[in-house]
Order: sequence, then structure tokens, then C-alpha cells
Amino acid sequence: MIKTEDINFYYGDFQAIKNISMEIEPNTVTAFIGPSGCGKSTFLRLFNRMNDLIDGTRLTGNFIIDGQNIYDKSVQVDELRKNIGMVFQKPNPFPKSIFENVAYGLRVNGNNNKKFLEERVEEALKSTALWDEVKDKLKKSAFELSGGQQQRLCIARALAVSPSILLMDEPTSALDPISTSKIEELIFKLKQDYTIVIVTHNMQQAARISDKTGFFMLGELVEYADTKKLFTNPAKTETQNYITGRFG
Amino acid sequence: MNKKVTQKIAFTIFKLLGVLIVGILLWILGFIIFNGIGVINWEFLSTGPKDGMTGGGIFPAIVGTLCLMLGSIVFAFPLGIMSAIYTSEYAGSGWIVRFIRVMTNNLAGIPSIVFGLFGMALFVNTMGFGDSIIAGSMTLGLLVLPIIIRTTEEAIQAIPDSFRQASLALGASKLQTIRKVVLPMAFPNIITGLILSIGRVSGETAPILFTVAAYFLPKLPTSVFDQVMALPYHLYVVATSGTDVEKSRPIAYGTALVLIAIVLIMNLLANVLRRYLSNKVKKD
Amino acid sequence: MRKIRKIIEKIVEGILTLSGMATTLIILLIIVFLFKEGFGFFKSPVVEKGYEVCLNSSNTVDKLSSYQIKQIFDEDITNWKEVGGADAPITPYRFEYLFEQYDEADFGEEYKLLPAKIAEIIKADPNIIAFMPTKYVPQDLSIRTLPRENFGFVDFFFGKEWMPTATPTAQFGILPLILGTLLVSITAILIALPLGLGVAIYLSELASKRVRKILKPVIELLAGIPSVVYGFFGLVVLVPLVQDWFNLPVGETAFTGSLLLAIMALPTIITVAEDSMRNTPRAMREASLALGATQWQTIYKVIIPYAKSGISAAVVLGIGRAIGETMAVLMVTGNAAVMPTTLFEPIRSIPATIAAELGEAPSGGAHYEALFLLGCILFFLTLIISISAEVISKRHPQN
Repeated sequence: MIKTEDINFYYGDFQAIKNISMEIEPNTVTAFIGPSGCGKSTFLRLFNRMNDLIDGTRLTGNFIIDGQNIYDKSVQVDELRKNIGMVFQKPNPFPKSIFENVAYGLRVNGNNNKKFLEERVEEALKSTALWDEVKDKLKKSAFELSGGQQQRLCIARALAVSPSILLMDEPTSALDPISTSKIEELIFKLKQDYTIVIVTHNMQQAARISDKTGFFMLGELVEYADTKKLFTNPAKTETQNYITGRFG
Repeated sequence: MNKKVTQKIAFTIFKLLGVLIVGILLWILGFIIFNGIGVINWEFLSTGPKDGMTGGGIFPAIVGTLCLMLGSIVFAFPLGIMSAIYTSEYAGSGWIVRFIRVMTNNLAGIPSIVFGLFGMALFVNTMGFGDSIIAGSMTLGLLVLPIIIRTTEEAIQAIPDSFRQASLALGASKLQTIRKVVLPMAFPNIITGLILSIGRVSGETAPILFTVAAYFLPKLPTSVFDQVMALPYHLYVVATSGTDVEKSRPIAYGTALVLIAIVLIMNLLANVLRRYLSNKVKKD
Repeated sequence: MRKIRKIIEKIVEGILTLSGMATTLIILLIIVFLFKEGFGFFKSPVVEKGYEVCLNSSNTVDKLSSYQIKQIFDEDITNWKEVGGADAPITPYRFEYLFEQYDEADFGEEYKLLPAKIAEIIKADPNIIAFMPTKYVPQDLSIRTLPRENFGFVDFFFGKEWMPTATPTAQFGILPLILGTLLVSITAILIALPLGLGVAIYLSELASKRVRKILKPVIELLAGIPSVVYGFFGLVVLVPLVQDWFNLPVGETAFTGSLLLAIMALPTIITVAEDSMRNTPRAMREASLALGATQWQTIYKVIIPYAKSGISAAVVLGIGRAIGETMAVLMVTGNAAVMPTTLFEPIRSIPATIAAELGEAPSGGAHYEALFLLGCILFFLTLIISISAEVISKRHPQN
């Protein structure tokens, strides 16, 4: 259960996120859509405190995951991030072997038992439907995979540490249509075990895979509703204009 | 948390290393300045050495070094700029330009003593200049040539293509475009690189050992075929093989301070000039 | 009018093309001239012109290398069978001995009787080897002069002694110089690498903008200080310090040189390593942090492996700089041309040898040529290093 209350976020003097309050149910897919620069990616990066890496940022409001304010001083950021997986716009495997890429998150969290690692890597690769394609070349560099395979590898890498939430920041924007549909299938399947929040530029994609959709504009959450309703009967004119392509 | 502790330890070490670097610089600078500042006065800067280099000043060495700085730039500057114009504006991006870049990098990696040997063989012996300002300047010029080429290339490549296209579209020829648009815009950075390489010239010892530097020569040069004293070689001589190394120590401190001052001034000048000129270019 | 302008443009273009070739041409010229001056070395005789090594004609030995002649006169070789002759003790005889044995008056006016005396001495001892000026060597059937040998490749590259002014034969073995150079340079990099890498990590990953603004110019300044000033600093500060710390008889040691070279190599290593670490894609860092890695884990598990090629290039470049450094090494390492055994003894590097000796080597002599050959070796060593640095830094994990 994710709940945000009056979130405001600033880069220096610029307010990137304005007063956003929302709730996300477990085991659902939530999509964020909106024009470029609307704040949807920034908002997503608040979920695992990725914006902490940028100097001069400031946040007000409560960001609560499973009853805990994640911006509380007592929260260990790396523990938090371990619990929340993230997949990025472009596939970004490490310059390591396929196996070591998937095992990375487990190793940095202190798991070095060989058998355990092997089991988890296999499991993660199977859940992203990559196992059959790579099981004979686990020792090969991850850069030898195709773009779509690399992205599925990055998803496997995020899943290996067994997070409960999976954040995806335009995960298919750098991929071809076939790879994209494979990832979409995967997202649909993963929903059973994870809460998924996905930022996408592609409205059809949001309509295809998500249960709820949030529409962002100029840092505000204009509308947040069931996907079916938002795309067929939006409550706000801005949303209407955007999804019918009159804007953005 | 174990990994947290490791991080704390590692980061503390890195921070200390950063402090160490500053410490080393302060140590060296402090040592030279502290010991040298008392030696510097007008007499030290304006008279020649006397009493077997245990007294007097370093005037001839200052003059000699200035001659070499000027001479090497007169020689290397035009060649370096032309070479950089060729590689960045004419040569395209094929294997020729890659080959030239590799060669320029290699030239930059050759030790200064090898330049000294080469200068002696070519300028002093084969061309018959003897130990002279011209032989020394040309040797030093070759040494800084790669630096001048590289900084000029970077300056030229930083100019956006749109300016070239605008000039060409107005009917200007390629050469006119380079002369009237590219070079003036790149000028601040070219000049900065130039000044930094002059600073480098002032401190080089090995290339001048056998091409120009005189052990002791109180007379000032009258032509480019004269030998001169030079600050870095003078420092080496007074520090290691003067008539009385202990007695001439203050002279060594003073000479070292003057050398460092030249490098500092050149660095400062380069920064100030870059800022001033790039503002001017923008305003024009 | 337009035609003239076209022609001028073509001419200027030609000149520019020529100057584009300047660096290539200079490298070629360097190769040509170093070889031209240096290659005569292998054609110069082991025994200096104007001198002869004379034997009794009953002696069957007809070939001695420069090193063997030296050992004989140093009495390290004392029996002819060690150099392929009969089993008999060797009697080395130098020209000066004549003046101890006889009165000046015995040699007559203008030393006219000297050749006869020499003949007498050589005839008297079948096991003698005598080193004599050519003009006094008598024409006598019972006296044989050793045929002139030239310096050989093996003696040069693997000879363990560098004594350019020794008589009767100079020794030009460069092995101690090469080992000395490598010892000092590699130790310097071993000291500088961890320090430089640490500072590079600090600069690229941890330091705030303000700290960077201070540290960057400091590093630039360190790179700008002339090497002779470093040498002076080393001579006055480091040498006594090393002597004290390790309780040594002299402070001018290989270790002192390494310490100084390490300081001098730091700016190169820091700058190149930092650049390659900053080039690590942002996405790579974020992916690691998003998996719950700490910043330090991200640095040593992702960023350093990614920047590995850049870091290796920094190391190679640093070694190249250190190998070629002249003045600083010349001033603090004591310059003893002996085979290095420990870090805490004086050594002598190739550049320091050239700098210290070329001024005194007569132009065109074997010594002069040997120094130019050292220059050739230095040139090719650094050329190989530059090229490998280039190759290494081009090798990127992405490709």
C-alpha cells in the first residue's frame, strides 16, 4: 500500500511536483502519463528516493509506503531501495557477465552463498522469460545481448532482490515493437507478485497494461482514475485534450 | 550495518587523501616560498652572479629564460596553429587525421632529454648553430608543439558548425571562414594554451642542457647565436655542482622561487585572459 | 582577380597540409638523427684508437671481448685458460708500469728507446698482456697485437657494468641503467596509484562542487611545477628525510627517487582516472543504487570496473612519464651505475646518465654514441608506452 500526502518537490527554486496526494493498491499496475517535463518521472523517482542524488532538492509532505514515511530520518535508504526495484529508460546492464548482473543486488546485500545465488538468478531469469535464451552463456558479457534482452535482464536484476514494488521509467521507449510486446506480457504476469508503477510516453501501452492511470501536467496530478474510465470518460478537459492528441 | 561501516572508512580515507594532495602542494610551495622570499630583492633580480656563484644575483639567467620562452613560441606557435587548422578543418575524419593525432600524442610522450639529444644532433651539430639561443629555442619549440596543437584543436572544434555554415552560405570561401569566423572565436582558448605552454618552456632543463645553457656567463646575449644562462639549469647547477653548494643554497632557493613564480603568473594570466577575451568575443 | 584568390587559397591549403604533417616529420627526424649519431657505436673498437693490446706471439688467444679485457686487468680473470688459452697465469701489464720499472733516462731522447724496452718485456713473459700506445709498439715477430674487436650487441644490452672512462677498455653495459630506470619508475607508480586513485574517486564521486573548485587548480599547479624544482625539493627535503627514516648511510636512493616521482606522477594519474570515472553513465550508477547498493559498493563494483581502461591508461602514461623524467631523478638517486639490489641504494637511470655524461663525452667517440643509443632506447620505450596507452584507453566495455 503506497500513499502520498501533499507532496511538493523542488529543484532549487523550481517546483517540479505540486501537491500530489494519491493511493496505490498492492498487486496492481499503475501508469503515469503526461507530456514531457510534466513531472511524472520525477514523481516516480521519489518512490525510492533516487532524487536524493541530485544536489539542491527539497521535499515536503508525507510519502508513506506500508505505513512508514520513507523520508523519515530513521529510514535506511539502501534498505528502502532494496525493497523497491527500478527499471530505467534505456537498458543499463553493468559491464559484467549476465550471471553477475542478476546476482549483483544480492551480493551487495551480503548474500554470497553460491548455491543460493544460482537458484535466485535462475528464478529471476525465468520470471522474465530470459532463462532459455541465456542459460548457456551466463558467463558471457551482458553487452552481448540484444537491446530487448538487455532490458529483460535489467528487470531480472531488479527482481532478484525480491522487492515488493517495481518502478519502471519508460522501460520500452528504447526498444523495438517485438521486444516491447514481450516486456508488456511480462508486466502483466508480474502483477501477481508485485506492485508495479510504470511511467510511459505511450498511451496505448498505458491503456493495455495498467489498472489505474494518473495523468500529470506541469507538476500536478490532473486526474487519477481506473484506466478504463480515464481513457473512455475522463473527468477533466485537460485529460480529454491530451488523450485525444490535441495537446502534448 | 557492516557495509555502512566499510563505506565510512573508505570515504574517510579518500577525504584524507584529498587533504594529502593539498598538503603536498602546500609543503612544496611553502618550502620554496618560505626559504626563498628573504633572498629576493632588487639586487638579486638585477645583477649577475659573483664569487663563484655564492653571491650576487640571477639577472643573466632571467634574461636567458625570457629569450628562450619568446624564441620557442616564435618557432612553435605558427607551426602549431597551422597544423591544428589542418587537422580540424581540412583533414576530415579519415585515417590520415587519426594517424596525425596518434603521432602528435606520441610526440607529447617523448621524454624531454630525448628532445635534448635530438636538438644537439640536428640544430647544434648538423645545422651548425652551435650552443645558441636559436638551437635551444627550436628544441623547446618542438617540445611544446604537441601541447599547442592539442589546445588549438580543442579550441577550434568547440566552435559550433552553424557559424561556419552561416559564413559559407554568405559566399565566403573556406579560408575566409577560418580567418574571419573560426579563428577569432577560438582565439581566447588558443591564447590560453599558448601561455600555458610558455610556462612549461620556462621550467624545462633537459632539452637545454646541450643546446644552449651556459654554466656561467655574466654577459648578456647580443644575437640569437649566443649562449645564455637559464633559470632551471642555473638552479640545477647551484643546487648540485657549484663551487660551494652550502654557501650558494640561498641562491638556489631564490632561483626556485622565481621559477615557480613564473609558472604561477602564467597560470593566472592564462585564466584571466581567457575570461577577459571570451567576454569580449561575446560582446563583439 | 577571382583566379588569383583561388590560387592563393590553394597555396595556403598546401602550407597547412604540410604543417599538418609536422609532428609526423619530427618523429621521423628524431629516429633518423638519434640513429645516425648512435649507430656508429657498434662500429667503434673496444680498445680506444691509439692504443693496442699486445701479447707474446706464443700466446694462442686471438679474441678477447671488452668485458674480458677489463676483467683481466682488474685481475678477476687470472688464467689464460678461462679465455680459451693455455693453462697459465696471466700477467697484465699497463703502460704506466714502465715508469715504475725504469728511470725516465733509460728511454732516451724523445722516448726513442721505449719500443725496445717494451719488446724486451713482452718477450720475457709468454703470459703477458700489455696495454700500450700504438706509436711505441715495436715491430717484432715475437710480439702480436690483438685484432681490433668492435663493441657487440650482447655486451651492450646485457653487460652489467657501465664504466665509460675505464682503461684499457670502456664498459658500456646498459643493464644496470635499464633496471635502475624500471625499478624507480615502477615503484613510483606503485606508490602513486593507490593515492591517485583515492583522490580521483574523491574528486569524481564525493567532493562537493566547492571542494572540486579548490582541488582541481591545486592538481594543475602540481603538474606545472618544473621538474628541476621538484629535484631541488627532493634533494633538500626528501633525501635527508629518507636517510633519517631508514637509518641509511646516504639518503640518495632509488626509494627517494620513487617517492619524488610518485608526487610528480600524481596529477597525471588523478586527472586521467577521474575523467574516466566521470564518464561512467549516470544510468549505471542509478541502477546500482536502486538495487540497494551503498555508494561505496557502487564505486568499487560498478564505477571502477567501468573506468578500468581509463585507469590502466593512466597507469601506463604515469610509468612513461616516470621513465623519461630526467632532472628530478638525476638530483636525488645518487647516480651509481650498479646493478640495483635493494630500493635503499643509489641507482642511475637512463635519462640521468645522458644528462650527466653527454657534456663530457667527446663528440663522435664510443661514449657519445652509446649515450645516443640510450636515447634511442628511451625513445622506443616511451613510444611503445604511448601507443599502448592509446590502445588501452580506446578499449571500452560497451564495445
